Amino acid sequence: MPASLADRPAWELRALYRRKAASPREAARAVLDRLEALEHRIHAYLFWDADAVVAQAARWESRAHREDAPPLAGVPVALKDNICTRGWPTTAGSRILDGFRPPYDATVVARLRRAGAILVGKTNCDEFAMGSSTENSAFGPTRNPWDLDRVPGGSSGGSAAAVAAGEATLALGSDTGGSIREPAAFCGVVGLKPTYGRVSRYGLIAFASSLDQIGPFARDVRDAALALRVIAGRDPADSTSAEIEVPPYDEQLAGEVKGLRLGIVREFLSEGTDGGVAAAVREAVQTLRGLGAVCEEVSLPHAPYALPAYYLVAPAEASSNLARYAGVHYGHRTARADDLYTMYARTRREGFGPEVKRRIMLGTYALSAGYYDAFYLRAQRVRTLIRRDFEAAFAKFDALLGPVAPTTAFRLGERTQDPLQMYLADVFTVPVNLAGVPGISVPCGFAGGLPVGLQVIGRPFDEGTVLNIAYALERATDFHAARPPVASAAR
Amino acid sequence: MTIADTAARFETVIGLEVHVQLSTATKMFCGCAVAFAAPPNTLTCPVCLGLPGSLPVLNRRAVELGLRAALVLGCQIEPESQFHRKNYYYPDLPKNYQISQYQYADHPPLATAGVLVFEVGETVHRIGIRRVHLEEDTGKLVHGEGRSFVDYNRCGTPLMEVVTEPDLRSPEEARLCLARLRVLLQYAGVTTGRMEEGTLRCDANLSLRLPGTAHGIRTEVKNMNSLRSVERALRFEQARQAALLARGEAVVQETRHWDEHRQVTFASREKEEAQDYRYFPEPDLVPLRVDEAWIARIRADLPELPEARRRRYVEAYGLPEHDAGLLTATRPMADFFEETVRHFPQPKVVSNWLLGDVAAYLNAAGLEIEEAPLAPAALAELLALIDAGTLSGRSAKEALEEMLRTGRGAGEIVRERGLVQISDEAQLRAVVDEVIADHPAAAGDVRAGKGRAIAFLVGQVMQKTRGRANPGLVNRLLRERLGAG
Ligand SMILES: [Zn+2]
Repeated sequence: MPASLADRPAWELRALYRRKAASPREAARAVLDRLEALEHRIHAYLFWDADAVVAQAARWESRAHREDAPPLAGVPVALKDNICTRGWPTTAGSRILDGFRPPYDATVVARLRRAGAILVGKTNCDEFAMGSSTENSAFGPTRNPWDLDRVPGGSSGGSAAAVAAGEATLALGSDTGGSIREPAAFCGVVGLKPTYGRVSRYGLIAFASSLDQIGPFARDVRDAALALRVIAGRDPADSTSAEIEVPPYDEQLAGEVKGLRLGIVREFLSEGTDGGVAAAVREAVQTLRGLGAVCEEVSLPHAPYALPAYYLVAPAEASSNLARYAGVHYGHRTARADDLYTMYARTRREGFGPEVKRRIMLGTYALSAGYYDAFYLRAQRVRTLIRRDFEAAFAKFDALLGPVAPTTAFRLGERTQDPLQMYLADVFTVPVNLAGVPGISVPCGFAGGLPVGLQVIGRPFDEGTVLNIAYALERATDFHAARPPVASAAR
Repeated sequence: MTIADTAARFETVIGLEVHVQLSTATKMFCGCAVAFAAPPNTLTCPVCLGLPGSLPVLNRRAVELGLRAALVLGCQIEPESQFHRKNYYYPDLPKNYQISQYQYADHPPLATAGVLVFEVGETVHRIGIRRVHLEEDTGKLVHGEGRSFVDYNRCGTPLMEVVTEPDLRSPEEARLCLARLRVLLQYAGVTTGRMEEGTLRCDANLSLRLPGTAHGIRTEVKNMNSLRSVERALRFEQARQAALLARGEAVVQETRHWDEHRQVTFASREKEEAQDYRYFPEPDLVPLRVDEAWIARIRADLPELPEARRRRYVEAYGLPEHDAGLLTATRPMADFFEETVRHFPQPKVVSNWLLGDVAAYLNAAGLEIEEAPLAPAALAELLALIDAGTLSGRSAKEALEEMLRTGRGAGEIVRERGLVQISDEAQLRAVVDEVIADHPAAAGDVRAGKGRAIAFLVGQVMQKTRGRANPGLVNRLLRERLGAG
């Protein structure tokens, strides 16, 4: 029995459309059927609009087969709920934005629409993207399609789960400290965090502005490349977006790694890393070696300081970014306030969850007079050292390899009482954000029946090489083709 | 010892913090129009409303105007400066932080270390400029119906802050300094600089000290809405602090507001807790780089400054120094003058009317030239009517008054009021005969060769024609009739 259209990658849908072997309406129907069959168990979405999906599919029904159809014509795409969509609810997983419907589209959303994508809905996430399990969503957690008792990772857990379960063909997430790569690894899909400045942040609800970056989730590397090509590029509305040409990533995938020098990050394969995860990563390294890559160990000596530095810089920026949620002209406002101060305090007390409050307090403290130098400024210096570590490594290597996370997906509730344990899930991804370089998570095996991701880290704006290495591994293995049991059962 | 004696013993130390609204078409970080008095919340967008996900983009024009100001003030322009977030909660600030340029160790503002020079009589004053920086304005709270409303139209309007060194030694010098700064910035096209409209706002720090000793404790004075009120408020504050010190009491470091009505400063009611603004570099903006080539372009495009214009008026238009000085005292007046001359190329005549009747009217009405509805072309039209003999001087004054009041055109008023000068001999001869008949004594005097009496008769004719008779013609006709030489 052939795979459902809901499980096909976008590039395959395109080929089917071109041959008129399938149509956008059929693909949209398959995705909606899957979504309706599984959503009550997975809870990947906070909002979807079946009528809108059907209407968008109809728009491409007679055109998706044409040579000149845009790159994502008729492809169902899900959006993390911290990405603004005109007229659609956008909550960032927070009670404080309950009912908020932005009057505008994020730049990436506009680019997806122009590329012909069928926007399915908004996916669940940790509140304001703060978390590594999607358990910090104010609207309940998302479950991992591979094991419904486990987390999908986070903060973009809904996007990762949706793509893994066939509830969307592609999805966008955001990655501030690992929020695309970690859930991609946990859910056995491809997740790419582009270079800082590669993709416009206009319309992304900010968590930590100097670290946030939007990127794609996909079922294989070619799809990730295709999606990146659509959303990347300079945007005059985002001053931090780079004026650097966007190559046709999907067309440049050769899968050739012969002679490439790959550095295996020593600090990422320490004793803290789960045995099964380390074994799968080493296996992937062997595979790449077998394809002709030169793999050697490399050290990022300041990587161990990345997490503490991150937990000063990110909360500091967050404390300021989240100040606007105060009940004045949008979002939640407390019903019980007679004066301004009480309105601010109660609105925020009622609207924010505990992790967001924790980080606002941390960040406020780190920026306070008398503490700024010791915390924020010192963290920025560590950040510079980490960036230099990467520069030094990239002087010798074309890309770096390591695990995405120290473990596979953990159980729901396992870490919610211990924030530090939760933060450790990002220990290998955070340095990449601090350095601003691109990183991908590509399926590289299973440990205890759960997916493991290999992290490939590249030079700034060299997503092409990162994708190419991931593609080589993908072609040499078939982990990406494995579907979670719930998806297979749903058909 | 009297308070006056104490005051005399102390040296007054004043520094100014001046905020000006930059004359840009759009806001500092978005494309919304900057306009005065538009309906509330009509000039807004996701960026200036601080909606989730929106990002600022720096207005290049605002930077250029800031750089112009820096050049005019002889500042050192920083090759790289940064924006910061000033964090505090207030409903008129939708993001609950203001994007501004804060100065600390490695983070210079747009420009530093300038000097403002002005002369008063023979004395040359040189006031240090500590810094020039850019920031965004806040919205406005409107209170009414027992509730508060927010208007975000002003939110994100580009502002420039100029901070002087505490080099000023008297309230009068502070006023002159501010006036000079305002004129320079107006000429440079940086701002309209209208204190009444709030496009120029001035706060001042004032302290007293014994000469040669360290700075005393200062107070910050706010809410001064005119040049005059700056001087008055500071004079009050100077006397208040002197009185405290004379009684052996300490000055409290605080913010005080000027009450224009009562002519006093008063301490603001809010508690003076030291606000921690938690400044940090704005991550949504890239550092602002200003290279030599950009500075050179801005220098080349710098508008003519007041001194250059004054010289030009003397040399090219042949105006007396004094007139040229008065005409260039404000840029709107100078612009008005030149525009009128363009339509009516007799500079001295234009100057005389502007500095005479127009200035007198503005003074009495308490208006600036740009606030009166009179257009340069309209004044030129009036002057042309006089020049052509169509309008007598007296009628012209009458018409001008209405033009200044209503903004109506000269020709229109002259026609409507029938002010056209009577130069028709037959018509005037009849009036002249009437006057001679009514005033036989005066007529006799003229016949007897008493030349002075003719002025009286001319006056009578003018009165009968409501000032419209051509005075030269009346004079000739009277002399002909009375056989005088
Ligand atoms: Zn705006």
